[in-house]
Amino acid sequence: METVVIPTKKQDTKTTERISGAEAVVRILLEEGVDLVFGYPGGAIMPIYDSLYDYQDKINHVLARHEQGATHAAQGYARASGKAGVCLATSGPGATNLITGIADAQIDSTPLVCITGQVASALLGSDAFQETDVIGISMPVTKWNFQVTRAEEIPEALAKAFYIAKSGRPGPVLVDITKDAQFAEFDFDYRKCTGVRSYSPVPKLETSKVAEAAELINNAKRPYILFGQGVILGNAEVEFKTFIEKTGIPSAWTIMGLSALETDHPLNVGMLGMHGNYGPNLLTNECDVLIAIGMRFDDRVTGNLSKYAKQAKVIHLEIDPAEIDKNVKTEVAVLGDCKESLTELIKKVKPSSHKAWLQRFRDCDTMEHEKVIQDELHPKTDVLTMGEVIRIINEKTNGDAILVTDVGQHQMVACRYTKFNQSKSNITSGGLGTMGFGLPAGLGAALGAPDRTVVAVIGDGGLQMTIQEFATIYQTRAKVKVLLLNNEFLGMVRQWQQLFFDKRYSSTEMINPDFQTIAKGYYIPTNKVTEREHLEDAITEFINYDGAYFLEVMVGKENNVFPMVPSGSGVAEIRLE
Amino acid sequence: MEKQEFTIMAYTEDQVGLLHRITIIFTKRKINIESLTASESEMDGIYRFTIAVTESEELVAKVVKQIEKQVEVHKAAYFKKPEVVQQELALYKMATESLTSGVEVERIVREHSARFLTIEKDFVVIEKAGYRREAFALFEELKPYGITEFVLSGRVAVARNGHSIGNEVHELMELTN
Repeated sequence: METVVIPTKKQDTKTTERISGAEAVVRILLEEGVDLVFGYPGGAIMPIYDSLYDYQDKINHVLARHEQGATHAAQGYARASGKAGVCLATSGPGATNLITGIADAQIDSTPLVCITGQVASALLGSDAFQETDVIGISMPVTKWNFQVTRAEEIPEALAKAFYIAKSGRPGPVLVDITKDAQFAEFDFDYRKCTGVRSYSPVPKLETSKVAEAAELINNAKRPYILFGQGVILGNAEVEFKTFIEKTGIPSAWTIMGLSALETDHPLNVGMLGMHGNYGPNLLTNECDVLIAIGMRFDDRVTGNLSKYAKQAKVIHLEIDPAEIDKNVKTEVAVLGDCKESLTELIKKVKPSSHKAWLQRFRDCDTMEHEKVIQDELHPKTDVLTMGEVIRIINEKTNGDAILVTDVGQHQMVACRYTKFNQSKSNITSGGLGTMGFGLPAGLGAALGAPDRTVVAVIGDGGLQMTIQEFATIYQTRAKVKVLLLNNEFLGMVRQWQQLFFDKRYSSTEMINPDFQTIAKGYYIPTNKVTEREHLEDAITEFINYDGAYFLEVMVGKENNVFPMVPSGSGVAEIRLE
Repeated sequence: MEKQEFTIMAYTEDQVGLLHRITIIFTKRKINIESLTASESEMDGIYRFTIAVTESEELVAKVVKQIEKQVEVHKAAYFKKPEVVQQELALYKMATESLTSGVEVERIVREHSARFLTIEKDFVVIEKAGYRREAFALFEELKPYGITEFVLSGRVAVARNGHSIGNEVHELMELTN
């Protein structure tokens, strides 16, 4: 791997100006093209908030109702818009409340720039009021972080922060700024960062590796592609589609890769992993060449590694060298930006089709349809299913909406059954599995993609973890459509208790509040469906309403999500019932 | 895979907190760091971490990739025992009167190629550079004469191989200077 250093361009025409550190922060946000930030004020960040007051026409500050909500909203914004999300918080509890969202962004490679206030530098280490070591606490869950104690350090620190958050494999960064550094005046001059000498965000593509990969692919009898979020983050959707269409290789997605390829594409064979589709899991252990593109072989995708694709030669297209051989041994590692890797690979692969092999996936589909999907989408009993709600949403949105999900059964069902026509349309907490993600992320997505319909599907457990963000939705008028699939249970945990813990439903039943009254309290239009005859009309109103809307659907209390690869089992041991 | 002794080396920027960033990579995987030395390197402004661990090669390789992934780390690599020239330094503090009880202590110090760093009225400090086991062998022999303090430094090491990772960092420095 070669380190590439791009020298910083000198802009000598700029004259410096004497301003405060706080003012500099705001000016830098403008220079970085930020027009929306999420945050919550407090003592140690008040100078920055004071500076923001003068720029309300240029920077819209979204006042979340909890700092965790601010981070998830920034994540939703980042993933819907493709830009970095920016969060502001004060020291101490403000900063610690960011941590869950930062950890979520780290594991799901979402670019976030978090700016926290800190006690004055003279007080550092004195256990001052609202002092916490946010640099130490956030270090394991940030791509980079830095503490600023002098105003002069602000421009370079923030320039690096934006550059590092967005470049290579994106991720969250945190800059902690002491209050005295915010107050102090200095000669301000800003240059965007274009390179850090110890950091090579994109490994240089080795053409020999591309040739090796092409050779394996050209000779494969049963090649199979697994694609992840790397395709979306690399803006490589077009190259990806060209590649699979030229080679005719069946392609399955991880939950983070969902929407990179439209649902109806003939080579899209479905979802990988624990609650993924039958064929994609089963046939992982029958392919001869496995081509992983921008994905990291998470344990929820692979199941038991000792029973995972042992027969296959693995090709891994990946931007992060640390992912190579981390979980699955690779035959050929093609390091680089997948947009470039795929472009080169397309030139070297022979046109092909794998009809018989693809048919195996279709046959599995038929089986899964009979045993699982048919009853989930068109249930024969009176009990409403999550799947039929998603099916009707598909009919009303035609696959054009952004889907935001929380974590649990509804997440698996929504990801399995939602139709997508375009990329950057699936926003979920994949790696960390953060309950409470959905409502604020939905709000952030609606602000990040104001021209699109955003549907946030949430369970009754997760909704109550960040329910206060209804207030933020009301205040910002974000047009997010919140769909509560209420089964009065922590459904996924209950499902595991049923299957693996002898139905001992320990602390999973929820005696819930009246969500309708709560939503009304936040001035959000609401509706509740308990019977099938009202479902379609309610969803039509929900989707067509111009503004935020809360729809609650009472679904089967003890429905399960299938198929399922039980924990500890191999992917081929996937259960249909 | 069997555990064995490895020396991990990393060339880094001089940055507050980088030590923590590197050690948490080990903590996250519950790997014990046997010793860690951070020091200047042959290049101005570039620091060097030398980390000693006993682990499987597979795990060490993954850890090294995670270290190199850190923004302020230029290069990281791992080496097996025969691939490095390594050294540790031990200090032994003893009462001066332990020397007056005959020639034994002086003989032991000579035989172990150790040396007296200082001889004061009340105490002496003996220094021994070498492998860890040599430091402990000397410790065992001196023990009967009363060691009042003992300290062993972390491992420092240089790679035997010509293409040590430093070269790549050297080239980078030339490019940017």
